[in-house]
Amino acid sequence: MARVMLEVKDLTTKYITRFGEDVYAVDHVSLKVEEGKSLGIAGESGCGKSTLALSLMGYYFAPLHYTSGEIIIDGKNITGMNPDDVRKSILGTEIAYIPQAAMNALNPTQKIINFIEDVIHAHKPAATKKEVYEIASYGFETVGLPAEVLQKYPVELSGGMKQRTVIAISVILFPKVLIADEPTSALDVTSQKLVIKMLRDLMEKGIIKSMIFITHELPLLYNVTDEIMVMYAGQIVERASAQQAVFDPLHPYSKGLMGSIIVPEKGLRGHKLSAIPGVPPNLKNPPAGCRFAERCKYVVPECRVTSVGLHELDDDKRAYRCIFSESELRRAYKNA
Amino acid sequence: MPDEKISILSGTGLTKVFGFGRQKTVAVDHVDFNFYAGEIVSIVGESGSGKTTLAKMLLGLINSTEGDIYYHGTKRDISSQKKKQEYWKGIQAIFQDPYSSFNIFNKIDAVLLDCINMRGGRKFPHAKKVELITEACSFVNLKFEELTNKYPFELSGGQMQRLMIARIFLLKPKILLADEPTSMIDACSRATILDMLMKLRVETGMTLIFITHDIGLAYYVSDSVYIMEHGKFVENGSADEVILNPKEVYTRRLINDVPKIYEEWDLSSV
Repeated sequence: MARVMLEVKDLTTKYITRFGEDVYAVDHVSLKVEEGKSLGIAGESGCGKSTLALSLMGYYFAPLHYTSGEIIIDGKNITGMNPDDVRKSILGTEIAYIPQAAMNALNPTQKIINFIEDVIHAHKPAATKKEVYEIASYGFETVGLPAEVLQKYPVELSGGMKQRTVIAISVILFPKVLIADEPTSALDVTSQKLVIKMLRDLMEKGIIKSMIFITHELPLLYNVTDEIMVMYAGQIVERASAQQAVFDPLHPYSKGLMGSIIVPEKGLRGHKLSAIPGVPPNLKNPPAGCRFAERCKYVVPECRVTSVGLHELDDDKRAYRCIFSESELRRAYKNA
Repeated sequence: MPDEKISILSGTGLTKVFGFGRQKTVAVDHVDFNFYAGEIVSIVGESGSGKTTLAKMLLGLINSTEGDIYYHGTKRDISSQKKKQEYWKGIQAIFQDPYSSFNIFNKIDAVLLDCINMRGGRKFPHAKKVELITEACSFVNLKFEELTNKYPFELSGGQMQRLMIARIFLLKPKILLADEPTSMIDACSRATILDMLMKLRVETGMTLIFITHDIGLAYYVSDSVYIMEHGKFVENGSADEVILNPKEVYTRRLINDVPKIYEEWDLSSV
């Protein structure tokens, strides 16, 4: 069995609003990423994808608070660690994070090399300028960026280039897990492809050991990841291999998401897009039963009262959260 | 599509140049086009290819450096504010960023009331106006009772984009220009927005001009497609023709760059 790089058990985190209300944005999430594998997280806006990414790092600051659960990175339990220690010993070396609008994170008055100096000094305070430059140029060349970029200011780079530079900076210390939160949402298709190619190269060359990729673009997720987790209202509603999640989804919500895929391939024009009606529930007071019940086509009265756990299918890789059994769901889809 | 094609908006040699001398940038370079009534047209290109500049010229928000635009077969005249307002009754737009499309100081009611006034409903009794607004809101699956007396920032991005469509529903223009209407919202709401636009088109028979960088979306919605590269149209034709049998290298590259699910996605060509 492959080494487990990141394991999360029953993680729950909440936001505390200024009126003192609790909002559970990540609700009992468990996941496991093995060495050399990548995990995709899909879901619509506001379902807790980005909060999950922040929670995984163990780096909590108000209004986000840790509630329960465990985070284990490569055998090391980081639950309950002091945020300062997390920043010094975990971020960058064990786990790296690319935020959503990463390209705007570069300070326009600093050269790229200065950012790298910051990152390296935080972990190796004794490193000299020359050493920093050597690490940086080696790192940049391995990820396929020219070393001249190091001496440039962010304004001199295009959007796609900035995004790739930020990714290169975040992997400069060879982290074990890379969390990429919508790294391509502001880019056009050509730059998007370059970023994806770079992330794949990083995995192949072993610069990062595993990856968590967050996006709402399913075709992209299908092409990048091995396993896909679908989130809805803070919970995981389905977990499956990329192939199964896209072509054979089980949960009605995943089914709806897959129905909204648009790809320029033959046969698309005849195919009808299926939109999911309604809006996600307010997480301040989530519904008692299934959280998707309000918008589900196949809803029955029990859905609204019984809370549903995650059903694990026998092969351990697949799970879904619905009161119906697998065969019942398949029959319903066939008749629809 | 109507049997006989009537040209509703066309242009010859349309050009826009920003700056002058050494810093001259030709954003749109002598483009010719002909959009027919009732058609769905897509203009596809990368960022920086001049799509939005072209859209602004079509809307009359900026002047063209060279070239003419013909509206209903006659040369467009927007020399005075009054003529401009007359023109805008026929052409309306939905923009990329729903957050910046609304006046942040006005309540949502005011936005929608303006639309009714613009369509000559200024003298309508209040109850009639509310009825019209409620109808428009229910068309886009919003409840007017929940929205009344709210400011735009209190809504989500998807809701605002739907409210934009409600505006179009009230205005019933001849042409709707949608500039990347779905690029800021997630894939799930995208299907909803597209559905609504299609429904609206069936009801009013308007011409839809889609501006997008997503060639998949263009293929899904449009009858004809124009591909734009560096301010020029490099290829145009019916959607099936252009996207299933692309002739230009640029079109082929755009199609290759979109992630696929039924075919192998070739990453080596970048």
